[in-house]
Amino acid sequence: MQQTGSQILFTALKEENVDTLFGYPGGCVMDIYDEMFRQKLRHILVRHEQGAIHAADGYARASGRVGVCLVTSGPGATNTVTGIANAYMDSIPVVVLTGQVSTALIGSDGFQEVDITGITRTCTKHNFLVRNIGDLQRTIREAFQIARSGRPGPVLVDLPKDVIQSVAEAELSRNAPPPEEEGCPDLEGLCNEALKMILQAKKPLIIVGGGVILGKASAIFRAFVKKFQIPVVSTLMGLGAFPASDPLWTGMLGMHGAYSANMAVSQCDLLMAIGVRFDDRATSKVSAFAPNARIIHIDIDPVSIDRIVRTDLAIVSHCTPALNALHRLSDEQGLELPEQQIGAWHNQLRQWKAEKPLSYCRNQNIKPQYVIEKLHQLTQGRAIIATEVGQHQMWAAQFYRFDEPNAFLTSGGLGTMGFGLPAAIGAQIACPDRVVVDVAGDGSIQMNIQELGTIAHYGLPVKVVILNNLYLGMIRQWQELFYGRRYSQSDMTQAPDFVKLAEAYGIKGLRATKPDEVKNVLQEGLETPGPVVMDFQVEPEENVFPMVKPGTPLSEMSFGNVRAVA
Amino acid sequence: MPVQFKERAISVTVNNRPDVLARIAGTFSARGFNIESISANITRNPAITKIIITTLTTPDTITKVIKQLNRLVDVLEAKRLRRPHAVCREMILARVPLSKEKQAAIRELLDTHGGKTVSLEPGFAVLEFTGDKEELEEILTSLEALGMEDFSRTGVIALERAKP
Repeated sequence: MQQTGSQILFTALKEENVDTLFGYPGGCVMDIYDEMFRQKLRHILVRHEQGAIHAADGYARASGRVGVCLVTSGPGATNTVTGIANAYMDSIPVVVLTGQVSTALIGSDGFQEVDITGITRTCTKHNFLVRNIGDLQRTIREAFQIARSGRPGPVLVDLPKDVIQSVAEAELSRNAPPPEEEGCPDLEGLCNEALKMILQAKKPLIIVGGGVILGKASAIFRAFVKKFQIPVVSTLMGLGAFPASDPLWTGMLGMHGAYSANMAVSQCDLLMAIGVRFDDRATSKVSAFAPNARIIHIDIDPVSIDRIVRTDLAIVSHCTPALNALHRLSDEQGLELPEQQIGAWHNQLRQWKAEKPLSYCRNQNIKPQYVIEKLHQLTQGRAIIATEVGQHQMWAAQFYRFDEPNAFLTSGGLGTMGFGLPAAIGAQIACPDRVVVDVAGDGSIQMNIQELGTIAHYGLPVKVVILNNLYLGMIRQWQELFYGRRYSQSDMTQAPDFVKLAEAYGIKGLRATKPDEVKNVLQEGLETPGPVVMDFQVEPEENVFPMVKPGTPLSEMSFGNVRAVA
Repeated sequence: MPVQFKERAISVTVNNRPDVLARIAGTFSARGFNIESISANITRNPAITKIIITTLTTPDTITKVIKQLNRLVDVLEAKRLRRPHAVCREMILARVPLSKEKQAAIRELLDTHGGKTVSLEPGFAVLEFTGDKEELEEILTSLEALGMEDFSRTGVIALERAKP
């Protein structure tokens, strides 16, 4: 049967079980949108193409599925570049479909033409320009396969207008199983080595990262941890892989990590890192990172191994088969870590947790940390929390104690302000029955504020919590601590009235200016059906602590006026 | 320059796609690696291209480069070609003006290095030489002395001496 390129595209998307597209129409994709009119696929119309890519990204993070967005050529495509780089840095599986001028016009500086495959070559896992309708179905299939396999990542498919308009014989739906992914050769041997190292440890520690969540291995990971009773710290991206409410949880490590976590890393004698890439925010001064530890590194991407931190044992593998092998081999050999061997270490960690828990001082102003604590309480710690980037992001990471994976949607690698609001949209679409909250700063929320329109359009019950300090908070903090309080261009006192802004979009707006209003505003916001924007006017010059100054060891944290050194 | 920095050769076998060279080059530039020389051509299978790249790096960095290349979807295999296990050669074409005085010197240069004349025009000859880097540098110095006007040089190509 003869089908148009548009029809073949939708057939291919159906084959991939795509149920939602986030997109924005334009000249080069008019035929696709015309065909869409006849199709049953849900399409969410955003208000900026950056909103489309971040929504697809948020959808993927919350659901574990591939997020898909559709934009037109030229500016439509370039508007997704930030979001593509964002997905690339955090290894999120998204497929970005971009319109393109007709193949005959490519390279002629046509209207709304841009070399998007050239521009995104180094920030996509792979990209394609479909020059021939005969390649279309296969390319879409490949794009999804690449996006979700191995270390996931964004894949862009550029679709020239004439290819979409041409006609060809459609392939019958394949439903072929995905190709087998290569496993780690000698996984058993390496896991036995790892077990030997673990059994010798008196101060073992596990760092869990985003890879465990991407690998959907949270449950197996917890079982492994429980078996050996090894304490766990997490990177920003790994939050939720292991429950914060578990006694073995020792906190997030890194620049704004917990005292107990950074001390644990600095003093452990065995460090097992799973699904972690040792980003500089997590390690700080590399030469001083885990100085006394032998390091086992389990990661799916060989590029991550021995890149930043030297490893004593590397296992290049998807975390699921590796954790399964470790579990099975230790069961078969009846291995365990006796309490008398690591008991003192457990006590030490408990001591550190008690000595310097994450804390803040209360005063007559609303403390941003308090808002997060109350939010955690009122949502029973079970909301999906998207964040923007800055101080609020760190407070959300510190004070919203996550017990489940796929609940903390944050731009870790690229640090993209404006990510949270559209990501929350994607998450709400993926998980319609969950409470979804975007925690934002007053700076970040203005970066993709137009997506309030998307939220209103679809009546998505996204709750926006703005920690409003009238500053670019993280910038101001660095300027206070490292640039002699020279607050250069970080003053955001000229801010819109966020309540009126929400109401302009037909969304309910609430405001709290005093600490005793916080609980009521949160409660009202969470209980009101539909979207709500909550403006919390918080302490203007609050700082995120602990803080590790860049280039210094994790053990040298600042706590405001109190310095703690290992 | 620290002793560790050496010119090292990589062999990259890739799918012959229109943008594959751009991808390879992009990986080098995006990750801050340099390309000293590059040579690419199809294999006996026109769908597969082999690219030989030399880069000036430390042993540590070359491992990182190879890993980054192997991660690319269109790269089938990227591997190091280590001297002395691999032969590395380059070729030059050089245009020299012909004159009675220079004739003997040109003949001697060709004989010494096994070069040949590939083009003869009134007053000009294009000479072809192959060899390793050091040899070609010597030849170029001699050619300059002979009034060489212009030359074209390939990238390094390399091959393992025995099946690995």
